[in-house]
Amino acid sequence: MNSYVPILFMLGLGFAFAALSVFTSLVVGPKRYNRAKLEAYECGIQPTPQAAGGGRVPIKYYLTAMLFIIFDIESVFLYPFAVAFNKLGLFALVEMVLFILTVFIAYAYVWRRGGLEWD
Amino acid sequence: MTAAVLPALSNLSTLPAAFQASEVNYVAVMPLFIVFVTALIGVLVEAFMPRERRHRVQVSVAVGGLLAAAVSIFWASSNLGLTMGLSDGSTNRSLFALAIDGPALFLQGAILLMGILGVLTMAERFGGVGPDAFTPSGASTPGSPVETAATRAGALTSEVFPLTVFAIFGMMLFPTTNDLIGMFVALEVLSLPLYILTGLARRRRLLSQEASLKYFLLGAFSSAFFLFGTALLYGYAGSVYFGDLSSAISTAPLAMNGLLLPGAFLVFVGLLFKVGAVPFHAWTPDVYQGAPTPVTGFMAACTKAAAFGAILRLAYVGLDTARWEWSNALVIVALLTMVVGSVLSVTQTDMKRLLAYSSIAHAGFILVGVLAFDRTGVGAVLFYIVAYGFSTIAAFAIVSLVRQNGAEATHLSQWAGLGKAHPVAASAFAFLMLAFAGIPLTSGFVSKFAVFSAAVGSGATGTVLAVVGVLCSAITVFVYARVIVLMFFSEAPAEKVEVVTPSAMTTFSIAIGTLTTLALGVVPASLLDLADRASQFVR
Amino acid sequence: MGTLVHTLASVPSVGTYAAGLATHEGEAHAATGITAYAWLLIALPLLGAAVLLLGGRRTNKFGPLLATLLSWGAFVVGLLVFIAMLGRGAEDRAQEVNLFDWITAGSFKLSAGLLVDQLSVTFVLLITFVGSLIHVYSLGYMDHKDENGHVHSDPDKRRFFAYLNLFVAAMLLLVLANSYLLLYVGWEGVGLASYLLIGFWNWNPAYATAANKAFVANRVGDFGLSIAIIIMFFHFGAVDFTTVLGEAGSNANEGFMTAIGLMLLLGACGKSAQFPLQSWLGDAMAGPTPVSALIHAATMVTAGVYLVVRSAPIFEAAPTAQLVVVIVGAITLLFGAVVGCAKDDIKKALAASTMSQIGYMMLAAGLGPVGYAFAIFHLLMHGFFKAGMFLGAGSVMHGMNDQVDMRRFGGLSGAMKITWATFAIGWLAILGVPPFSGFWSKDKIIEAAFIGEGWRPWVFGGAALIGAGITAFYMSRLFFMTFQGKKRWTDDVHPHESGKLMTVPMIILAIGSAFLGLILGPTGWFTTWLEPVTGAEPEGAHPVIPVPVLLVLTLLLVAGGAALAWMRYWRDDVPVTAPAGNLMTQAARRDLYQDQVNEALLMRPGIHLTRSLVFADSKGVDGAAGGLAALVGGASSRLRKLQNGFARSYALTMLAGVVAILGALWVMS
Repeated sequence: MNSYVPILFMLGLGFAFAALSVFTSLVVGPKRYNRAKLEAYECGIQPTPQAAGGGRVPIKYYLTAMLFIIFDIESVFLYPFAVAFNKLGLFALVEMVLFILTVFIAYAYVWRRGGLEWD
Repeated sequence: MTAAVLPALSNLSTLPAAFQASEVNYVAVMPLFIVFVTALIGVLVEAFMPRERRHRVQVSVAVGGLLAAAVSIFWASSNLGLTMGLSDGSTNRSLFALAIDGPALFLQGAILLMGILGVLTMAERFGGVGPDAFTPSGASTPGSPVETAATRAGALTSEVFPLTVFAIFGMMLFPTTNDLIGMFVALEVLSLPLYILTGLARRRRLLSQEASLKYFLLGAFSSAFFLFGTALLYGYAGSVYFGDLSSAISTAPLAMNGLLLPGAFLVFVGLLFKVGAVPFHAWTPDVYQGAPTPVTGFMAACTKAAAFGAILRLAYVGLDTARWEWSNALVIVALLTMVVGSVLSVTQTDMKRLLAYSSIAHAGFILVGVLAFDRTGVGAVLFYIVAYGFSTIAAFAIVSLVRQNGAEATHLSQWAGLGKAHPVAASAFAFLMLAFAGIPLTSGFVSKFAVFSAAVGSGATGTVLAVVGVLCSAITVFVYARVIVLMFFSEAPAEKVEVVTPSAMTTFSIAIGTLTTLALGVVPASLLDLADRASQFVR
Repeated sequence: MGTLVHTLASVPSVGTYAAGLATHEGEAHAATGITAYAWLLIALPLLGAAVLLLGGRRTNKFGPLLATLLSWGAFVVGLLVFIAMLGRGAEDRAQEVNLFDWITAGSFKLSAGLLVDQLSVTFVLLITFVGSLIHVYSLGYMDHKDENGHVHSDPDKRRFFAYLNLFVAAMLLLVLANSYLLLYVGWEGVGLASYLLIGFWNWNPAYATAANKAFVANRVGDFGLSIAIIIMFFHFGAVDFTTVLGEAGSNANEGFMTAIGLMLLLGACGKSAQFPLQSWLGDAMAGPTPVSALIHAATMVTAGVYLVVRSAPIFEAAPTAQLVVVIVGAITLLFGAVVGCAKDDIKKALAASTMSQIGYMMLAAGLGPVGYAFAIFHLLMHGFFKAGMFLGAGSVMHGMNDQVDMRRFGGLSGAMKITWATFAIGWLAILGVPPFSGFWSKDKIIEAAFIGEGWRPWVFGGAALIGAGITAFYMSRLFFMTFQGKKRWTDDVHPHESGKLMTVPMIILAIGSAFLGLILGPTGWFTTWLEPVTGAEPEGAHPVIPVPVLLVLTLLLVAGGAALAWMRYWRDDVPVTAPAGNLMTQAARRDLYQDQVNEALLMRPGIHLTRSLVFADSKGVDGAAGGLAALVGGASSRLRKLQNGFARSYALTMLAGVVAILGALWVMS
C-alpha cells in the first residue's frame, strides 16, 4: 500500500494545481470579452457551418497542432536522455542524433509542401 | 512529506543499476533498416525533387530500395537469432525486441517481393503525369474548387510511394517483433499509411474516403482490443516479452488464470482484424471496394502476410504453452471465417467485393493451417501466403484495367463477355480465379492441399476443420466459376467495356503474378521445401 | 525435357505391399525403354492445346490439323508402350515413370509419376485411338457446306480443337497417374474440358445452363473424391497407389475402407453420371456431337469405372461399399434404359443409353474379381460402338440441318448409306447380337451378375437381364425411327452423306465394333491380359442359372425387344408429334422426374430466398444451375444484410463477436 502513496500525492498535486490555476485566472485575469473569445472553442473554429467551403473545417489548425505533437514527443525523449547522458555514452548519442534526424526529415517535408504557410 | 516520498519513488525503479547497451546484429536487421531509409529518402524526394521528375524518381527509389532489402535477406539469413535487446544476466531472461528467424525472414522476403509488384501497379499512369489510381488532392471534395485548384497547380500524389514503403516497413516488422509492445508499434506503423492510401482514390472519391474513415475507426477499435489484451497479459505474466509470457504460463499463480484467456484472445482479436477473420471482417469488403484498386491488391497480399506472421509468432512462441486455453477460440473463428467468407461471396455483384469475401475465406483456410500447431503447419501457412499474395496482386491489377468510360468497371455485369473482346486479360483472370478456387495445377490447389493435409495430420479437430474447408472451397468454386462463365459464356453489355493497355510495369506485375501462380501449381516443390526449412522459430 | 524424366531406382516399397497385392498387381518396376517416355503421351496433346490457345488467330489455319497430328502422335507413343509391354512377362509389365518431386510438406513427400500397367495402357489405347479418330471426324464436322458449295468453318474451330487436345491430355493424366492426388488433377482437368466443350456454343443460353448443370453435379462428385483423398491421407499418411492399395489389401480398417469406398463412389457417380448424380448427362448433349462421342460416351464418363476398378483393394476390404456400387450400377442401368425408351432427341436417347451401359460396367465393377475384367472389357467395347453411333448421329444431324428430333427422321437408310451401315453395326453390337462385340462383353456381365448366393444374384442378375431386353427395345426404336420406315423430314432438308473425313472414322469404329469383341473375348486374351491388375477370376463360381439357359434367355429377350420396336416404329407409322403417352412414358420423357426431385429437395427451399439475386437470374448463369447453389445463395443473401455499411454496426459486430466467443469458451470450460 505504501508504494501507492507517491501516486496519490501526485494526483492530489495535479488537482490542486488545476484548481489553483482556474481560481487564479478568475481572480487576476483581465475580463475583456470580444466575439472570438465568446465562441465555444476559442480557437478559430466556428461551431456553426461556415457559408463558404460547405461547412468544412480548415485543416491548417490541425496541421499546426500535429506539428506541435511531433516536437512534444521529441522533447519527451530528449529529457530522460539529457538526464542520463553521462551514463549512456556514445551509443545513445548516435541514437538520439538519428532520432532527431528522422523527425527533421518529416519537418522538412511539411515545410517544403507548404504545411507551415497559413494561407 | 517530500522526504518520505522520494525514497519510495527510487524504490519503485526497476531499471538495471548500470546502463547496458542493446546488442544489435546489424546484418540481421539490414532488410528492415534499408526499407526504413528508403521510406525516408522517399519523403525527402517528395520535399525537394522538382515535380516533373518526381514520379519516376519515387518509383525508382521505392523499387530499388525494396530490391536491395530483398537481396540483403540472404545475408540476414545466416545471422538468425534474437537481436535488438539484451540478456539480463541476473534473472536469466533474454529481453530482445526482434526475432530474426526462418518465418520472419521468409515473410520479409515475401512482403518485399509482393510489395515491389504492388508498387509497380500503383505506379501505373496510363500516359498521364501522376499515378492514375490516385487523386492529386486527397482531402478535397470531388469537383470542388479546391480540387480544381490543386489540379491546375499540377499537384501530384507521389506521396503514395513513401507511404507504401512505410507500410511495408511496418509489415516486415510485424512478424519479426518479439514482444507485445513492439508488435503493437508495428501494427500501427503498417496501418496508418494504409488508412491514408485507402482514401486516395481518384474516382469514386466519397466511397474511398468513407472506406478510409471506416478502416481507421475500426482499426483503432481493434487496436484497443489488442492493447487491452496486452494489458491483461502483462498483468498475468509481468512482462510483454514472448519468452517471459511463455514461461510465465507454467509459473504464474493459478489465481491469475482468469486473465490469460481474455488477454490472449483479445490480442488475437487485434491481429485477426488485420487478416479479416470473421467476426472481425466487416471492414474488408467496404475497404477493398473503396480503396484504389492497386492499393487493395497490395493490402490484400502484404497485410495478410504480415498479420499471419504475427499470429504465427504469437501462437507458436508467445502463447504456445497456453494453447489449450485459447485454441478453441481460434477454431471457432476459423470455422466462422471459412463459412461466412465463402457463403457471402456467392451473392456479391461487385468484383472487388467478391475478391474481398474471397480473401476472407482464404484467411479462414490459412487459419486452418495455423491451427495445425506443428512445423508442417507453419510451412504450409508460409507457402499459402506467398501463393495467395502473388495471385491476388495480379487479380486486382487486372481489375484496375477493366474500364468503362475511363472509370473502373467493377460490377460483375460489366465483365460479361469480356473473354470475346479481350481474351488475354480474361484468360489470365480466369486462370487466377481457378487458382482461388483451388483447381489442380494452380498454386491455389497446392496451398490448400498443404494447409489441409497439415491440419488432418494434427488430429481430429484439424480433420474437422479440413473437411469444412474442403466444403467451403467447393462453395467458392461456384463463385469463381460464375465469373468465368460470365466472361466467356455471356453476352457483352450494351455499353462498351474495354481493357486499357497498361504500361510495362503493370504488365510485369500481372505476368509475374500469373506465372508464379502457374509455377507454384506445377512445380511447387522448391518453395514448399524453402517454407519447410524456414518454419523454425527462435525463442 | 529428357533430364526431367529419370527412371526410379527403386519404387517406394511398403513391407506388406507384395503380400497384400500379390493377387492384384505385380510390383511396379522402374520404367525402361520407351515406357520411360510415357510422359510424351500427356505432353503431346498438352503442347497442342498450349500452341492453339496461346498462338491465337495465327494458328487458325494449321491449328486443327496440328492438334489432330499430335493426338495421333500420342496414339503412336501409346502403341509403342503397349508393344514394349507385350514383350515383357506378365508379372513385369507394370512400370512406374517418376517425373518430379511434386509436393513436400513436412514428412509427407509425393512425387508426380505415371503408372504404366495393363489397366492404364488399355485406357491409353482407347483414349488415344478413339480420340484421334474423333479429331479427324471433327475436322469435317466443324465445317459446313452452303448451297453454293462454299465451306464455312465454325468461327471457333481452333478453340474447339484446343479444348479437345486439352481433354485428351487430362484424360491420359487421369488414367496414368500413380497417385490419387495426380488422378485428381486429371479428374478436374477432364471436368474443365468437358465443361468448356458443353458450353462451347454458348450463344445459346440453354447450353450455358447445361454446362452449369454438369459442373454442379461434377462438383458434388469431386467433393466426394477429395474427401476420400483426405480420409486416405488421414488413415494411411499417403495418397499414392502403391501405399494406399498395398495397405488396403493387407491391414485395413473396414470402417475407414467403407468411408473411402463410398466417397470414391460418390466421385465416380458424379463423373460417370450414375444414380443419383446422373441428371447432367442428358443436358450435356448440348455440346458439339464429336464431344458427346468422345467425352460423354467413350472416355470421360467411364472414368468412374476406372476409379472403382483401380481402387479394387479398397472396395474388397469394404463389402458394404462394394454392395452399394452394385446397387448404384443396377439402378442406373434400369433408369437409363427406361429414360432411353421415351426420348425423341437422338442424342439424348444415346446419352440415356450411355448412362445405362455404364450402369452395367459399375455393376460388374462392384461384383469383385469376377467382374473387373468384364467391366473394363465392356467399357472398351462400349467405347467403340457408342462413339461410332454418336458419330453416326452427328453425321445424320449434319445432313439434316442440325435437326435432332427422331420423329422428323425416318427412311434415312437410302440417303446416307455409310452412316446407316456403320450405325447398324453399332446397333447390333449394343444389342449383344453374336458375334458383334457387345455380345462378348455384356453377356459376360449378365453371367457374372448371376453368380453368388442368396437374393443378390436374382436381383442383380435379373436387373441386368431385364436391362438387356429394354436396351434392345430402345436402341432398335432409335435405329428404326432414324433410318427405317417412312420419311418424316421437314421440307427444307436435303439429307446427304457426309464427307470422307467423317465417314472414315465411322467405318473404322464400326469395324472395331464388329470384330474387336470376337478377337479379344472368346479367346480369353483380354481377361488374361488384365489378370495381374484385377486378380484372377475365382474358380468354380457358377451362375445360379446354367450358362446356356442364360444365353438363350438373354437372346430371346433381346429379340423380343427388337421385335416390339420393329412393330411400333418401322411397320407402323410414327407420328411427327409425340403422342401424349401413358404415365410411364411421360415420366420417362422427363427423366423419371429427376430434375423435379432435385428441385423439390434442393432447389425450391432456396428459391424464395434467392429472389433478390436478380442479377444472377437475368444473366442466366445461376438460375437453373443447381439446388445447392441456390440454397447457399439464399443463406448468403440473408447474411449479407449484416453488411449494412455503418461503421457503428461493424464495431458492434466485432464487440459482439468477442463477447460471444469468450462467453462460449467460458461456458465450455
